[in-house]
Amino acid sequence: MAAPSTVMDSNHHSNYKLTKTEKKFLRKQIKARHTLLRHEGVETVSYATQNLVVANGGLGNGVGRSQLLPVLEKCGLVDDLLMPPNKPYSFVRYRTAEEARKAYVTLNGKEIVGDLGQKIILYLNFVEKAQWKEMGLQALPPGLMVVEEIISSEDEKMLLESVNWAEDIDDQNVQKSLKHRRVKHFGYEFHYENNNIDKDKPLPGGLPGIWDSILEKWLKEGFIKHKPDQLTVNQYEPGHGIPAHIDTHSAFEDEIVSLSLGSEIVMDFKHPDGVTVPVLLPRRSLLVMTGESRYLWTHGITPRKFDTVQASKGHKGGIITSDVGDLTLSKRGIRTSFTFRKVRQTPCNCSYPLVCDSRTKQTSPSLPRSAGEASQLEREHVHRVYEEIAGHFSSTRHTPWPRVVDFLKALPSGSLVADVGCGNGKYLGINQDLYMIGCDRSQSLADICGERRFQALVGDALAVPLRSGSCDACLSVAVIHHLAAAERRVAALRELVRLLRPGGTALIYVWAMEQEYNKKKSKYLRENRVSQGKKQETDSDAAAVPESLGGQVPDMGDQDAPSCVPAIPDCPGEGGNASDVTDARLPVHTNRTSFHAQDLLVPWHHKGSPGKDKPVGAAGSQAPGAVFHRYYHVFREGELEAACRTLSGVRLLQSYYDQGNWCVVLQKV
Amino acid sequence: MKLLTHNLLSSHVRGVGSRGFPLRLQATEVRINPVEFNPDFVARMIPKVEWAALLEAADTLHLVEVPKGPIEGYEHDEKFLRQMHHVLLEVDVLEGTLQCPESGRLFPISRGIPNMLLSDEETET
Repeated sequence: MAAPSTVMDSNHHSNYKLTKTEKKFLRKQIKARHTLLRHEGVETVSYATQNLVVANGGLGNGVGRSQLLPVLEKCGLVDDLLMPPNKPYSFVRYRTAEEARKAYVTLNGKEIVGDLGQKIILYLNFVEKAQWKEMGLQALPPGLMVVEEIISSEDEKMLLESVNWAEDIDDQNVQKSLKHRRVKHFGYEFHYENNNIDKDKPLPGGLPGIWDSILEKWLKEGFIKHKPDQLTVNQYEPGHGIPAHIDTHSAFEDEIVSLSLGSEIVMDFKHPDGVTVPVLLPRRSLLVMTGESRYLWTHGITPRKFDTVQASKGHKGGIITSDVGDLTLSKRGIRTSFTFRKVRQTPCNCSYPLVCDSRTKQTSPSLPRSAGEASQLEREHVHRVYEEIAGHFSSTRHTPWPRVVDFLKALPSGSLVADVGCGNGKYLGINQDLYMIGCDRSQSLADICGERRFQALVGDALAVPLRSGSCDACLSVAVIHHLAAAERRVAALRELVRLLRPGGTALIYVWAMEQEYNKKKSKYLRENRVSQGKKQETDSDAAAVPESLGGQVPDMGDQDAPSCVPAIPDCPGEGGNASDVTDARLPVHTNRTSFHAQDLLVPWHHKGSPGKDKPVGAAGSQAPGAVFHRYYHVFREGELEAACRTLSGVRLLQSYYDQGNWCVVLQKV
Repeated sequence: MKLLTHNLLSSHVRGVGSRGFPLRLQATEVRINPVEFNPDFVARMIPKVEWAALLEAADTLHLVEVPKGPIEGYEHDEKFLRQMHHVLLEVDVLEGTLQCPESGRLFPISRGIPNMLLSDEETET
């Protein structure tokens, strides 16, 4: 350590006369020193050490590690940079006091630009050491609280026994064994494939009655502010964990609480800037996450059999410091956590839009207001998407819809049939006695038809390149719902009629807003149960179940780790609240849930694996894991018929509901 | 693209109306794909055919033995039906172009798939 007796301030004074600016910096520097001491208990020293406290250069001031570190490194080798969460300062330890001194001289009063583009002026002071412990103690993520001994040992025993892990998996309260833990849901099922719940599908029975009085008590004592309506029970054996995640903003309200029973555990909280705060959750304690800790910080449990905890007594729950003098190991036992959440009914309005899925949808397109905009939306969110996903899409589309097959089989031999929006051509080879021509907007999909030796061409449903009156029949399966304006949907119907000869018939299928009809759920909704362990099979299953209609069916969710919620929620979509009219942004649908809006974006989780789904030509070129949003207008009951009635020269022969689709058969007169 | 498909194709360039038919075919690669002969099926196709368009297309491909039009009692004329079977269903244009007779717009045929897409500006609204 270099000359500890060097008094920096007097050094300045003795060497030269200070300029006005330097005087100002000095004043500010001294002020910063006092503030640190008075408000934060950070004691600065007037001699050079390896360590500096950097006032204003803190996460709480909007200065990120990536901004600050390069500035500090210009002055020398940085051993460590400690940035306590939510504090307007940080600590840096240089390799030598000489380097620290260089930083002190050159960086005092230096202006840098923070994460938000704001100007920040740094003031540095020496400290004896970076205040690991003291800082740690104060640095629980804001909004986080650990209430110890909230439950008696007797209640703990009773509550643990109330969970029947052995009961049949067909039980209403869905039980799953995830990769790293056992889990059970009450009130609403939590879907790991989209990290959301279906607001319209509460589980029967709600929360177990045993919790009523306990929740009442917590409410009364102010530990919680809302009565939760969703409970997830997780059981962790030693060695189990849960990946770092933020609970989906749009799914749950601000307050999320978790009761730890059976054994203590260390949960790691992580700020997006990289600060990790290990928090001890003692046995029988309640973790309360609100505000920043709920919305911005991720939390997770590292899978391991021992936790590092503080040795000193009197400090139980809460933060674990990295003071090497005060740490010991704690062997994990079986911990059962009871996490209570309240399902959110309105879009999230938190202050952390960058990690908010309710807000990220703001970047989604608006409902078109003109033909030009509609065409643009279709280009971006229908044509381009199908072009990109063609290979994977095609690999999930094998099974023809039975009633479409019936229609084709009933046509007289020698009929000329146009399949407008033919996709991969799954209907083109159904009846060998027909001459069928497929037409699709996607070159990749038309190419797939070509490889399958079908007649196909690339063309638009609004301008089908076939001569008028040439077709005995037309097919339009899962196509018209991709058109983004009512006039365009009618124009597509008119185009089908134009192709028909008098007496010719057209079968039209569109996706229905009503995914439950006559008290029966569509396959689309019922497929919801396909999750977790069965994931891998779903692709081939999709082929085997006659659920899938042309364009709309399976979006298998993230197949990776079912339990792994992304640290930054990528775009799990809006379960509900879609009809939020204040801005006309299109809501993003949560796959395999009911629709909440007629115009929406439906995610396609891309899984093109070159070996498996054999992309044809340019198709399937996208990296697996990408998510594409397809635009849909789902039809309400009667809407398709009403549109057909605006056409002249046609008769409505038939109209019906088929597995979540509205269908009509038209005849040209 | 079979010639029966070609016989149905029409261009939709704005303003051409029904004059977008027949599309002028130019082929750079043609393959003959044997297809099982089904006389009933072929017979049912005959009334749907636009002969002028078919003959023009067959001519550009230098096909021989193409009937000049439907003949009396063709339903039972195996020779006629076989010839038509070949022309309509076995001749497969893999690479080439289709041209709108009215606007001159060219549409590519690649890997047997005609691309008939038009830009928004080119289509009739």
